[in-house]
Amino acid sequence: MTTLVLGLVLGGTYALLALGLTIQYGIARIMNLAYGEMTLVSAFCLVFLFQKLGLPPLVSILLVAPAGYLLGWVLYTVMMRPLVDRAANPGKLEVDSILATFGLLFVLQGVMLLVFGANFTSISYLDRGIPVFGVTIALNRLIAFAICVVAGGGLALALSASRWGLIMRAVALTPGSAPLVGIDVNKVARQAFALGSALAAVGGTSVAMYQTFSATDGVVFTMKALVIVIMGGVGNVPGALAAGFALGLVETFVSVMIDPGLTLAATFAIFLAVLLWRPQGLFGRRA
Amino acid sequence: MIAFTRRRAMGALLAATAASLTLAAASVSWAQEQTVKIGYAIAKTGPNATGAGITTLPNYKMWVEEVNAAGGLSLPDGSKRMIEVIEYDDRSSNEDLVRAIERLATQDEVDLILPPWGTGPNLAIAPLMDRFGYPQLAVTAVTDKAPEFAARWKRSFWMLGGGHDYAEGLAAVLKSARDAGHINGKIAMVSVADGFGIDLVNGARPAFEEAGFEIAYDKSYPLGTSDFAALMNEAKETGADSFVAFSYPPGSFGMTKTAQSAGYNPKVFYIGVGGAFPIYPGIANDKPAGVMSIGGVNAASPEIQAYFERHMESAGAPPDSWASAITYVSLQMLEQAVERVGLDHEKLAGELSSGTFDTLIGEVKLEDNQLRDLWWVGQWQDGSFRGIDPAGKDGAAEPIIPKPEW
Repeated sequence: MTTLVLGLVLGGTYALLALGLTIQYGIARIMNLAYGEMTLVSAFCLVFLFQKLGLPPLVSILLVAPAGYLLGWVLYTVMMRPLVDRAANPGKLEVDSILATFGLLFVLQGVMLLVFGANFTSISYLDRGIPVFGVTIALNRLIAFAICVVAGGGLALALSASRWGLIMRAVALTPGSAPLVGIDVNKVARQAFALGSALAAVGGTSVAMYQTFSATDGVVFTMKALVIVIMGGVGNVPGALAAGFALGLVETFVSVMIDPGLTLAATFAIFLAVLLWRPQGLFGRRA
Repeated sequence: MIAFTRRRAMGALLAATAASLTLAAASVSWAQEQTVKIGYAIAKTGPNATGAGITTLPNYKMWVEEVNAAGGLSLPDGSKRMIEVIEYDDRSSNEDLVRAIERLATQDEVDLILPPWGTGPNLAIAPLMDRFGYPQLAVTAVTDKAPEFAARWKRSFWMLGGGHDYAEGLAAVLKSARDAGHINGKIAMVSVADGFGIDLVNGARPAFEEAGFEIAYDKSYPLGTSDFAALMNEAKETGADSFVAFSYPPGSFGMTKTAQSAGYNPKVFYIGVGGAFPIYPGIANDKPAGVMSIGGVNAASPEIQAYFERHMESAGAPPDSWASAITYVSLQMLEQAVERVGLDHEKLAGELSSGTFDTLIGEVKLEDNQLRDLWWVGQWQDGSFRGIDPAGKDGAAEPIIPKPEW
């Protein structure tokens, strides 16, 4: 029981981290290697707002998320749009976007080091233990879990049930033929990229609440998110949620039942198994 | 509303770059006649930037400021020369670091080279420093092989001991606590599966067993683990009074927070790197009292107190209570050695190896090119991280066991 609860909560925080990337990669077709840095920028912003202005993190999320959206919008307009225009095919765009965002990663990291310094950063916020089914969970992790469920659930619902979601899915599925039915693919892709950035920002704020981080940790988050996205199926929100939870559960179980030293190995073992068994991801469709 | 276009954005970016370049060019100070050129390559970006930015860089900057404010480095003939610094960012990559050291030695022809941060980087440059003949004051390098290295590279100096020193120090603290009846004979131990964690845990297992302890829980976890709830639950259930973690900062901090939120109150709570950082009390919700970790300072010493104040003024943050002071000590040694024998590398190395120096931590004399007069275990008491082992060392604080509850 303990393991189950701890694993689910950990999985929720993982899934939340991966949501934005799955949208960016699935719909906008941009493989964003600077994703982890984006989450960190928002984590630093949250700490700054909390320490300097005394803004409670839960309020800051309401500020940071739209700011993330705006940043994503600007980034897409300035940096990604020319790549999209130039790319002859989706494969070319993937390669180009990987190279471009790889550069962006260092830019963002450098800016963070300059502005926030190299120090390990963390805040103490809602560090109380809350008993859940007899297991003590830190309240801030529980909140991250709740945010994940709300954001992930809402997004999955919007994508599957609304007209906006239909358009998004159309672009994700066949960017080539979406314009034939009057969809402005560029607008949709820009929206998707911006939405992904907003989700990265939300993920970052939750990370800031329960974890110690420093300006050079971005790659860790990117890797985790990438594994989850690919496992869940690219652009598939329910898939990313399921994969995140699965990873959290497996890590916790392995840690308790076998050996904590094998958690990382287990993660990649599952990742490999999924890739071999269903290369399109757990919930992906065959292209 | 201004239309935000790519062209405009790029134009603005170009203008900004050009402006900053002009400024940089304007601010390059023309070096004076006859300076002492001191160079270093250190991680200003990448994973090592955090450690370098806390422990090493602020001390380099502060020392140079202080020496130059006093008119420069004194030389044996009584003259003084200002220090000119040449700094490179190695981006946490040993390849870049080695290239930068080569450049410092061959192109910039600096008089002295200061070491990078971290055990790995210091080992990476040791053969090169030896080839170019520069003395290497390896401060932030913890290695059990220090005696071997000092013998292999005659001009290298190792100033932070080895993993087994710290592990044996901890075993000594725990043994006397158990013998006094404060804790039971069980230890729950976790370690990070990476260089330093492995080194320490390998020293700790035999040391604990020799001290008659039962290691009730002994697990390692991968680098980058962020969730310690399951691990700490297991440790708690063993009924051990002592929780020992040979961890890196993110782990040390994560475990502290997890222990607090889960209400885990072992009688001894020991964490690895990061426990002596100035930010630790903040991370522990201002309740660090009783937490043990690596290192320590003699918080009662006026020299140390003054050093903490100067560091605060210069860097805007206090130093860490483990390797920061030792870093400054190495610079003091360098300064005094230059004053005695000048800038000739062979003479300098000889003086560093055999001389006695007056420093922050008192009188320092190296043994076989190693600094051995160190604090192995420290504990947070009244807002300072005080050295508690070796117990016989001047200024040692009495350990507080059991630790007050969070």
